[in-house]
Amino acid sequence: MKTTIALAGNPNAGKTTLFNALTGARQHVGNYPGVTVEKKQGVYQFNGNSVQIVDLPGTYSLSAYSLEEVVARDFLVKECPAVVVNILDASNLERNLYLTMQFMEMGLPVCIALNMMDLAEKRGIEINVSALSKALGTPVIATIARNGAGKKELMQAAIEVANNKTATKPFCISYGEDIDGLLRQMEKQIRQAGFLTDTYDSRWIALKYLESDEQIVSLGQKANAQLSSQLELKTRNLSEHLFKTLETYPEAIIADHRYGYIKSILKQDVIRFRGDQNRLFISDKIDKVLVNRFAGPLIMLAVLLVLYHFTFSYSAIPVAWMEAFFVWIGGLAQTHLADGVLKSLIIAGIIDGVGGVLGFVPLIMFMFLGVALLEDTGYLARVAFMMDRVFRVFGLHGSSVMAYIVSGGIAGGCAVPGVMASRTLKSRKERLATLLTVPFMNCGAKLPVFALLVAAFFSEKKAIMMFVLTLIAWIGALLVAKLLRITVIRGESTPFVMELPPYRCPTFKGLAIHTWERTWQYIKKAGTVILGISILLWSMMTFPGLPESQGRHYDQQRETLKSTFQIDQGIIDQDIKKQLALIDKKEAEAALRHSIAGRLGTALEPVSRLAGFDWRTNISLVGGFAAKEVIVSTLGTAYSLGQTDSEQNIALSKKLAQSPNWSPLTAISAILFIMFYAPCFVSVACICRESGSWKWGAFSIVFNTLLAFFIAGAVYQIGGILGF
Amino acid sequence: MQVINMRQMKRGQTGTIKRIGANGQMGCRIRDMGLVPGTRITIQGRAPLKDPVALRLMGFTLTLRNSEADFILVEVDS
Repeated sequence: MKTTIALAGNPNAGKTTLFNALTGARQHVGNYPGVTVEKKQGVYQFNGNSVQIVDLPGTYSLSAYSLEEVVARDFLVKECPAVVVNILDASNLERNLYLTMQFMEMGLPVCIALNMMDLAEKRGIEINVSALSKALGTPVIATIARNGAGKKELMQAAIEVANNKTATKPFCISYGEDIDGLLRQMEKQIRQAGFLTDTYDSRWIALKYLESDEQIVSLGQKANAQLSSQLELKTRNLSEHLFKTLETYPEAIIADHRYGYIKSILKQDVIRFRGDQNRLFISDKIDKVLVNRFAGPLIMLAVLLVLYHFTFSYSAIPVAWMEAFFVWIGGLAQTHLADGVLKSLIIAGIIDGVGGVLGFVPLIMFMFLGVALLEDTGYLARVAFMMDRVFRVFGLHGSSVMAYIVSGGIAGGCAVPGVMASRTLKSRKERLATLLTVPFMNCGAKLPVFALLVAAFFSEKKAIMMFVLTLIAWIGALLVAKLLRITVIRGESTPFVMELPPYRCPTFKGLAIHTWERTWQYIKKAGTVILGISILLWSMMTFPGLPESQGRHYDQQRETLKSTFQIDQGIIDQDIKKQLALIDKKEAEAALRHSIAGRLGTALEPVSRLAGFDWRTNISLVGGFAAKEVIVSTLGTAYSLGQTDSEQNIALSKKLAQSPNWSPLTAISAILFIMFYAPCFVSVACICRESGSWKWGAFSIVFNTLLAFFIAGAVYQIGGILGF
Repeated sequence: MQVINMRQMKRGQTGTIKRIGANGQMGCRIRDMGLVPGTRITIQGRAPLKDPVALRLMGFTLTLRNSEADFILVEVDS
């Protein structure tokens, strides 16, 4: 059987760097079953044998309070890796050992990688590796993951631990009189009843009951409700006793003793500090400027602007290549395929749909590269630190700011990478609220629609209007986030408690792997869904085609025109072409109205009138679900202007300004609706993926559309009453 | 020796943790990061809007919201 090694450790201890150093590009990224926590696996070649390495999520502890910790715990007990390689940050040993204690208490075979020895040395920390190994009773190997130093020795030691299974005896920490006696009693009861002992160690189960661990208690209730209730009662009695006598809690005493035990280990000649451990290092000196009260926010604004510029300006070149490539393929199809439904399906349904997805790829790569850079250097934690006070008011987290900015917080972003950028948030509820509200931002695809309407109705106040619209998007998104956090995703805010890791220079390899694997995930997962929906939307706007009689009607018009041309040679060629094009456009308009989307638009008219939209607007809004820029081109078709280019945009803008169905008030209502209604389906696919459930995708379509209609309707009705 | 709430500590002030009055998830998170009685801490600074607070302990920097710091009692060095 292939040996499995689990890599575990605190965030920022260099776990991912070590994983990359061991497995190189031979890694596979997926999710743990049923949850959105990333599961990375890779293979390491060792003396001709391949060893499977699983990178567990980085955690500080093994409680049941976060998804990452439950996932790590479940993996360890259910998949039974042959050895846990625990990566410790040597410059931060005391806190890192807290997790080690918990692995050892579970009775897991552990091998320690003492990482960042170089940094520890620079900070004046001397660690006696053999003394630490002796005190812990496990092998300890010094490593520097950045350059791969020590990785061979580490794997050698890990394999030895894996092959020597008898040596793993759970390790006991004394928790003081109050707890130790009770623990022994409970352990005995658990062993005698065989309570959950096929999966867990008996002392560990008892300990988890004392810590009121929700996962273990609910498993226990299912396995043996009577014994579980007895254990819970014992815990309650102890809690009451402890609170009365010492004003403390069992889990507090357990944690205190764990840290006490760590201190006693470190005292066994393991660690020596030259100078004050808490003195300020280079990193802290940088922070004096970067999180300074006045300079900090300004620098942050500058950094975010640069990131934004980097993502959207530099990616424009490869995005243009992609577009050109798909235009070229479309052109090929145009010339080589016979006219008909199949051709339309291939061009408008498949090539445009796939092109739409792949067109985002460069953008997403640049965004992930930028975010990875901020994350790996440690700056992102500072952004969260500075912004938390503002975002907390709305039930969000300091890190939410990134996702908002990328989505169009500075007008012109894109919700797709924005939704994906919410991955940097670790707390579930805050993350969900963020990824559901970022699509309200004014993304690059909404801007041409806004520009069109603003040009048609508010041409004198263009700049100020665009600024106001950005503000409205921010206010709307934050208020909706608050609304969600007090309704569907209500609940206490997750504790902020966050480490500010020292600034580090990211490795090129780490950035490249990180960026590529996430981009690839996007291509794979989003691509399949999006192709399907793209074909569906195309069908809605194509079928049923015009009945033959009507089609003939337009054919006849063309014939008549051509015959007139033959009779009257005096008319110039250009004019004929124009008139022919006009007939084509009229036919396209009629066909669009006849299609399912058109009928939907017409059927919705009585309702949509409340917000001032006629059937033409409705169809284009349906089309906007494919991508918001489609709104403009569909409006063009619906007003018989054909698919639009910039020249026709001006024509469309004029046409709207003159249309009796449109007024400045209608334009405002439409802009608000477009800002808030259902995200485009690429975003919806990403929301489903990132939230781990299609339900949130469906929620965002329904909720956002209702909200948008309510806002637009209210503005239109009230505006009407006020006489605008 | 004066025991005060962490929220009231000033920048640069150092002290020893006396008591963590939180349990459940909040208590767990605070203790996981090494904030247990006996740990020495120094206030490193506060965010531009005075909240959260950044502190140094065991050689690393940790940030907490003031609402979380409220649960922590510190005996400050005079």
